[in-house]
Amino acid sequence: MLEVASVSKSYATALGPLAVLDGVTLDLWPGRSLALTGESGSGKSTLLHLIAGLDAVDAGRIRVGGAEVTAMGDAGRSALRREAIGLVFQQFNLIPSLDVAANLAFQARLAGRHDPDWLAVLTRRLGLGDLLARYPEALSGGQQQRVAIARALAGRPGLILADEPTGNLDEATGDAVLDLMLELVAASGASLLMVTHSTRLAARLDAQAVLRQGRIAR
Amino acid sequence: MRAWTTLRALMGHWRRHPVECLTLLAGLAVATALWSGVQALNAEARASYARSAALLGTGTLASVVAEDGGRFAREDFVALRLLGWPVTPLLDGRLTRDGESLRIIGIDPITLPASASALRIGEGDERLTDFLLPPHLALAAPETLARLGAPSDLPPLAASETLPPDTLVVDIGVAERLLDAEGRVSRLLLPPERAGEPLPAPLAARLRVLPEDAESDLDRLTASFHLNLAAFGFLAFVVGLFIVYSAIGLAFEQRKPMIRTLRACGVSARLLTGVMLAETVGFALAGGALGIVAGYGIAAALLPDVAASLEGLYGATLPGRLSLDPAWWLAGMALCLAGALAAAGGSLWRAARLPVLAPAQPQAWLADQRRGMRHQLAAAALIAAGSLVALAFGSGLAAGFAVLGGLLVSAALALPALLASALAAGHRRARRPVAEWAWADGRQQLSGLSLALMALLLALAVNLGVGTMVESFRRTFVAYLDQRLVSDLYVTGQDSAQARDIAAWAAARPGVAAVLPIWRAESRFRDWPLEIYGFADHATYRDNWPLVAALPDAWDRVAGGAAVLVSEQMARRFGLAPGDRLTLPTPAGGWEVELAAIHRDFGNPVGQVMVASDAFARHWPEGDRRRMGLRVAPGAVPGLAAALAARFGLGEEQIVDQRGRKEFSLRIFEKTFAITIALNALTLLVAGVALLTSLLTLADLRLVQLAPLWALGLTRAQLAWLEMGKMLGLAALTACAALPLGLAVAWVLTAVVNVRAFGWRLPVEFLPGQWGTLFALALLCAFVAALWPIWRLRRASPLTLLQSFSNER
Repeated sequence: MLEVASVSKSYATALGPLAVLDGVTLDLWPGRSLALTGESGSGKSTLLHLIAGLDAVDAGRIRVGGAEVTAMGDAGRSALRREAIGLVFQQFNLIPSLDVAANLAFQARLAGRHDPDWLAVLTRRLGLGDLLARYPEALSGGQQQRVAIARALAGRPGLILADEPTGNLDEATGDAVLDLMLELVAASGASLLMVTHSTRLAARLDAQAVLRQGRIAR
Repeated sequence: MRAWTTLRALMGHWRRHPVECLTLLAGLAVATALWSGVQALNAEARASYARSAALLGTGTLASVVAEDGGRFAREDFVALRLLGWPVTPLLDGRLTRDGESLRIIGIDPITLPASASALRIGEGDERLTDFLLPPHLALAAPETLARLGAPSDLPPLAASETLPPDTLVVDIGVAERLLDAEGRVSRLLLPPERAGEPLPAPLAARLRVLPEDAESDLDRLTASFHLNLAAFGFLAFVVGLFIVYSAIGLAFEQRKPMIRTLRACGVSARLLTGVMLAETVGFALAGGALGIVAGYGIAAALLPDVAASLEGLYGATLPGRLSLDPAWWLAGMALCLAGALAAAGGSLWRAARLPVLAPAQPQAWLADQRRGMRHQLAAAALIAAGSLVALAFGSGLAAGFAVLGGLLVSAALALPALLASALAAGHRRARRPVAEWAWADGRQQLSGLSLALMALLLALAVNLGVGTMVESFRRTFVAYLDQRLVSDLYVTGQDSAQARDIAAWAAARPGVAAVLPIWRAESRFRDWPLEIYGFADHATYRDNWPLVAALPDAWDRVAGGAAVLVSEQMARRFGLAPGDRLTLPTPAGGWEVELAAIHRDFGNPVGQVMVASDAFARHWPEGDRRRMGLRVAPGAVPGLAAALAARFGLGEEQIVDQRGRKEFSLRIFEKTFAITIALNALTLLVAGVALLTSLLTLADLRLVQLAPLWALGLTRAQLAWLEMGKMLGLAALTACAALPLGLAVAWVLTAVVNVRAFGWRLPVEFLPGQWGTLFALALLCAFVAALWPIWRLRRASPLTLLQSFSNER
């Protein structure tokens, strides 16, 4: 379960501190999905980064699976990401020096939960079978996004954080990938928190939250 | 206007990356500094030799010299003048006083032509009268004047700016007295137009004419030393250019998106290349200027060591300060510019041909890099083959350096392929995900680091090679001194008569086991300076003298007076072997003798012949017979030395014990290699800087590569350790490659370069302790170079790492 309570975050700028999140509170239960929408600059990606322990909150509390992220040090947050969270970045962030097969298995192997059968299922369902020997640079944006999604799911994490996972895909492919993600999330019992600009895609998740000027509007 | 706008856009990169800007300038400055510093030293030394040569008139005037190269009677000068030959006499020699050597040049200012020297003593010079009449006047360089003060044993001194240091120019009569050479002259100067005429019959038997353009002995003797310095300077220049190449290459990679944007905005490829060329020229001028200033500083700092080396090796003296020649700094700037353009050539070429639309593709670069490696390997093989050809068929010192250069360049070119193979093998064996990534990432990172690693390889190999040579030489030299300096006390009488008295007195003293004459004469053998030593047949020599090759009964043959020993360098120079017959020049004409053995004579730039004392007395009756060695019972040396001093009034420099001689010789040895060791250390320092600059300039790119791993759950500390491990691993692999290369360099230096430069060969000693030091040095170099970039990574804020994800907030 994900619990975010009264989280605030601001960044220093030349014109003084810029408040990005201001007392954000939300919950997400296991097996459920939540779409986070909002205008550009509303703080969606920042919230995702804070939940993943990529950055530290100024105030408030975040708990993932009962563990308090905001009380952890760097090593603890790294371990949490490694073992409990699957991240899908807008810019994919595949490892350029590893081929697709190694990228897919990387995080699951780090977490000690590498399951070749499950990975074979993911590979087949995401249509990556012919791409395993290629390096990321030789893939299209859509193909890279599918690899990133498969990598995030490969270790069967309890929480999947996805930042615009279909932003680089055409509508049909985006729908298909989202179908698959929801299906796989449901099958694995994980929670999904997805940032998206698309109200159409957001409507397909169990719940929606809108961020406006750093606050949950609804 | 378009060019200015484009230049401003490109220059913006340096404002945003000041470290890279400094790196580029530092690379250019370092490359130029070491090269121009060495050139300044060489130019200063050559100018000093030229001043010496001008002083003696060589270069502008021909000379009449004795057939055997020694001094001859003043009567021969008179005879030639009476026959209408416009000759002027010179008496040249060294005077030792208070342990320091002064060169004394005696001239006759009346007959000395204006073109003969830089003396400026002649008609109209108010000092001429003082120079000619008692108490006479001695001319010296201002620094010599300041050092000598007002000595009572020399004529009053006057300054002459044009004289080299430690040289006194006096009237020839004064020189005769100071050098104890009454009625003798060293050479007669002759206008070049008379050089072609044959000498009159009675004189032609013992005198000969040297043409005016004959190269001076100092020029010839010191050529190898200066070539050695120049080679080191060039190596440092090349290593410095690695930094430049690396910095320019990285800037190009980072500016690719900007270059594409500029091209997309309508900047033509020609304009873009032209602006980048102008930018390179600007950097070269700025870096070159800094380098020349630093080069002057380096030269000034190294000058005392170089002067000591030259004096120790060749008796050549250098002034204590540098003079600035515009040609020197212009040449330095030109070389810096040429180096910068060479280093930037690849980037400019690629910029001119960069497609406007092309995404970053590290794996494609890797494929390119593999193709490049294959080409590099082919070039390495070709250069190595050329090096072998030079080794097999080349002759002379230049060919020796070509072998060395070929060896180093081919090994450096082959290094990236070697490292790539090692990393690929590691990648194949890796089983854990982080290890797999580390090996794979190392392979991808190699292209950015290969130049710095090549520089490290060169610096390590040269360090090991030179270190092995110097240490082998040191050990051999110490053993050689033990063999050569077997007498316990070395004594020099005031003159031959006193030396005879000393010998007779010493022989009668209890505790003196033997009195061994060490007589000496100078001559020339086939136009090469030669020293002839007369020695007594004694077990001291038979048991200890270091022979390289000998006939079975060599010592008996030499003792019989029909054979001689020659030094290794003389034998190599003239292709002599035991059993050969050679004709030695003597004042009475040629003396044909058998070569019985070849002996070691490390460090001596001139040839040496050892003959039995009886034969010496017969053939060189006017040779110097003042020195002798005494074999004395242990413990009796101080007493004997004191007794000798008291009885014969001998000074400190006339009685030298064995330990003093060894210490003196070792001191000269250390000074001789001080400059080599200093340049060695500087080269390694430059390689370290090359590695540091590569890592610093790559640091930003590395963040983008490492951030995803951090996001996937590796801590910054883990990533920092992994980065350090990779760097140390690459340095260790490079050091492993440097070990055999360094030993090969040591072999080429001792077996090829040294033999061709100095005429003697060293036995190479392998020193595993030195290998361990080298390995540790490589790791230390990598550790220090990697410390700052990795500390930055370790301390990188999450915000910095997140920025590399380029996500919206």
